[in-house]
Amino acid sequence: MTAPTVPIEKSEGKPKKERQIIVGLLMAAPAFLLMILFLVTPFFGGIYFSFTNQRLIAATETEVVGFRNYTRLLSLSVLPLEPVVDETTGQPVLDETGELTYPRSREITRDEENYPQYAGLTEWFTFDVGDTRYVVLAGDPNFYRSIVNNFFFAIVVIPLQTGLALLLALLVNQGLRGQTFFRTMYFAPVVTSMVVVSIVWKFLYDPNNGLINEMISTLTFGAVGPINWLGNPSIAMWAIIIMSVWQGVGMQMMLFIAGLQQIPGSLYEATSIDGANTWQEFRHITLPGLRNVMVFIFLTITIAAFQLFDQVFVMTNGGPDNATTTTVFHMYREGFREQKIGYASAIAVIFFLIIVGINLIQRYAVKEKEA
Amino acid sequence: MATMHTPQIVETNHPGHWKKSVKTGLKYIPLLILIFFFTFPLVFMIVSSFKRDNLQIFADLRSMRAFLPVGELTLDNYRAVFINSNFPRYLMNSIGLTIVTILLAMLVNSMAAYALSRLKWRGQKLALSVIIATLIIPGQAVIMPMLLLVASLPAISFEGGVIALTQGWLDTYYVQVIPFVTSAFSIFLFYQFFQDIPKELDEAALVDGANRFQIYYRIIVPMSGPVFASVAILTFISSWNAFLWPIMTVQSDNLRPVMVGLLFFFQRDVQWAEVMAYTTMITIPVLLFFFLFQSAFVKSVATSGLKG
Repeated sequence: MTAPTVPIEKSEGKPKKERQIIVGLLMAAPAFLLMILFLVTPFFGGIYFSFTNQRLIAATETEVVGFRNYTRLLSLSVLPLEPVVDETTGQPVLDETGELTYPRSREITRDEENYPQYAGLTEWFTFDVGDTRYVVLAGDPNFYRSIVNNFFFAIVVIPLQTGLALLLALLVNQGLRGQTFFRTMYFAPVVTSMVVVSIVWKFLYDPNNGLINEMISTLTFGAVGPINWLGNPSIAMWAIIIMSVWQGVGMQMMLFIAGLQQIPGSLYEATSIDGANTWQEFRHITLPGLRNVMVFIFLTITIAAFQLFDQVFVMTNGGPDNATTTTVFHMYREGFREQKIGYASAIAVIFFLIIVGINLIQRYAVKEKEA
Repeated sequence: MATMHTPQIVETNHPGHWKKSVKTGLKYIPLLILIFFFTFPLVFMIVSSFKRDNLQIFADLRSMRAFLPVGELTLDNYRAVFINSNFPRYLMNSIGLTIVTILLAMLVNSMAAYALSRLKWRGQKLALSVIIATLIIPGQAVIMPMLLLVASLPAISFEGGVIALTQGWLDTYYVQVIPFVTSAFSIFLFYQFFQDIPKELDEAALVDGANRFQIYYRIIVPMSGPVFASVAILTFISSWNAFLWPIMTVQSDNLRPVMVGLLFFFQRDVQWAEVMAYTTMITIPVLLFFFLFQSAFVKSVATSGLKG
C-alpha cells in the first residue's frame, strides 16, 4: 500500500515520513480511542456477558453460565393435552359453555418429577387439533412474542411505507408549482422527535377524548364507535404502525424523489413516441429505474422495524398483554429494570445477528439482480 | 399509435384554457388532503397548547375548532411549564449537551477522516475497513454492556471547589456526551468528502512549507462546509432526541435533557394543554431550523438511513 511512495520519501529523508505517521496517529487517536472504548469494548463485552449471569449491580460474584441464557431464550417445546375425562362416567368434563376442558399447562411444567422435559418452560400460546390441545411452551415466551411482533411490524410496514412513499414521490414530482412546499410539509414529521410524536399521538388515540376517534365518528356519522387504540391487544400494534408510518414515510419519499430525478428524461420521451400509456411508462421505466433506491429503502425500513423502541416505551410500555413488546424493549426491560445484564446481552447478541442477517439478505438480493 | 397522440394535440389547441387549469387544479386536491394528514397532529399540538384546560380541548375535539386557535386563549400553559417543572434546566442541559457533542463530533471525526484519507501510516487501510465494518453494529446492540462500562469508568468531579477522582460516570454530563462523539458513519461521510478534494492542493501547500495539520485546518476544513453541515445536523438530531440512554444513566433531575424531562412531566401531569405547551417548545425550534435549512436537512437525514 505504501510501497509507491517509499522511494520518493526516502530520497527526501526519513524524518518527514515519520512525522507524517505521528501526525496521522495523533489526529486519528481521539476517534479511535473513543470507538474502542464505546463500541468495540461493549460489543465484545456483550458477547462475553451473554455467557454469564452478570447483573447491573452485582450482589454476588458473577459466574460463567455457558449457554444457559441462550437456552432459556430459545428453548421451545410442544405439550399435547388430552381433554379432562370424568373418572366414573368416562365422559369428557365440559365447562359452563359446553366446551371441553383441559388440564392446566402450569401443573405439568411445575411437576419436575414426572415431566422433567418441560421444567422451566411457560405457555406461549395453544392450538387445537381435533380434541387434543397443543400447548407451545417456551423458556421466555415474551422473547418470542417480541420477535413475532417485530416481524409483524416489518411485514406490514415494509409494503405500506414503501408504497405510500412512492405514491407521495410521484405526486410531488409532477412539476406542479409549489411542490417543494408540499415535500417540506410531508417531511416535517421526520425531523420531529419520536418521543414528542408518541406523546401527541397517545393523546390523539385516547379512547374517550381522542381526536382520532372523534374524526372517525364524524366521518362515519357515528357508525364506528370509540376504538380503544392502545388498550386492545389486537389493535395496539396497528396503532403504533399507523403512527410510525406517518412519522417516517417522508424520508423514503425524499429518497424516491432523488431516484426519480436520476431517471433520464430521454427514456420517457422514447416511450411516448412508441405510444406507451402512463401505466406502461411506470411499469417499464419508472419502476426499474428505482430498483437500487427500492433495495436501500427495504433494507432501512426493515432495520428500523427491528429497532422499534421509543413508541412502545412511551405509548404502551409493551402492553397490553405484551402485544407491543419488541426485541429492544424486552432487552431494556430485562437489562435495566430487572438488572439482568447477562441475559439482556444474550438478547442483544440475537438482535445483532438478526440485523446482520437482514444486511446479508439485502446484499445477496443486490448481487442476484446485478448478475 | 398515431391516434393516441391526437387527444393531446387537440387539447393544446383547444380555445378554452380553463379546462387545462381545472385539470391542474384537480391535481392539487390529493396534495392538500395529504398536507392535512401530515400536519394535523402538529397543528393540534400547537393549537391545544394555547387552550385553557382539558375541558376546553375536549369540547373543541368535535369540530374544526380542534385545529383553530379559537375560544379563550392563554399563555398560562407555557408559564406553568416553566414554573411547575424543571423545564428551564432541562432546556439548558439539552442545548449545552447538543452543542458540545456537535463541536466535538465535527472535530474528532473529521481529524480521523483526514488521517485516513490523506496521511500514510501503518494500519491505515485496516483501520478504514474496521470502521466501515462497525457501521453494521446498531447502537442498541451495545447499550447494555455500555451501561455496565460507564458505571465503572473513572471520573473527575468538582465538588465544593475540590477536584476529586470518583468512580462511575452515571449521573453526569459526560456520560451523555463522550460516548456519542465518534460515529463510524460521520467518519465515513468525512472520508468520502475528503477523498474528492484534489490531492494536488496538499502537495502545493507542502511545497509552500505548510505542515500536515495546517493543511487540515487551512485547506481541507474550509473546503468541506457541506459535510460539516451534514455531520452537525445528524449529531444535532440524535443529541436533541436522546432518550433511552439518559433514562438509564441519569437520575438527578438537574442533569436531565428535555426528552426525559418531558416523560416525567407527562407522567406527573395529564393537563394536556401544559404537556402540549412543553412539546411545542421543544419541537418548534427544530422545525424552524428545518424550514430554514431544508435542503441540507433532507440531504443529511436521507443519507443516514443506514445509521444505527
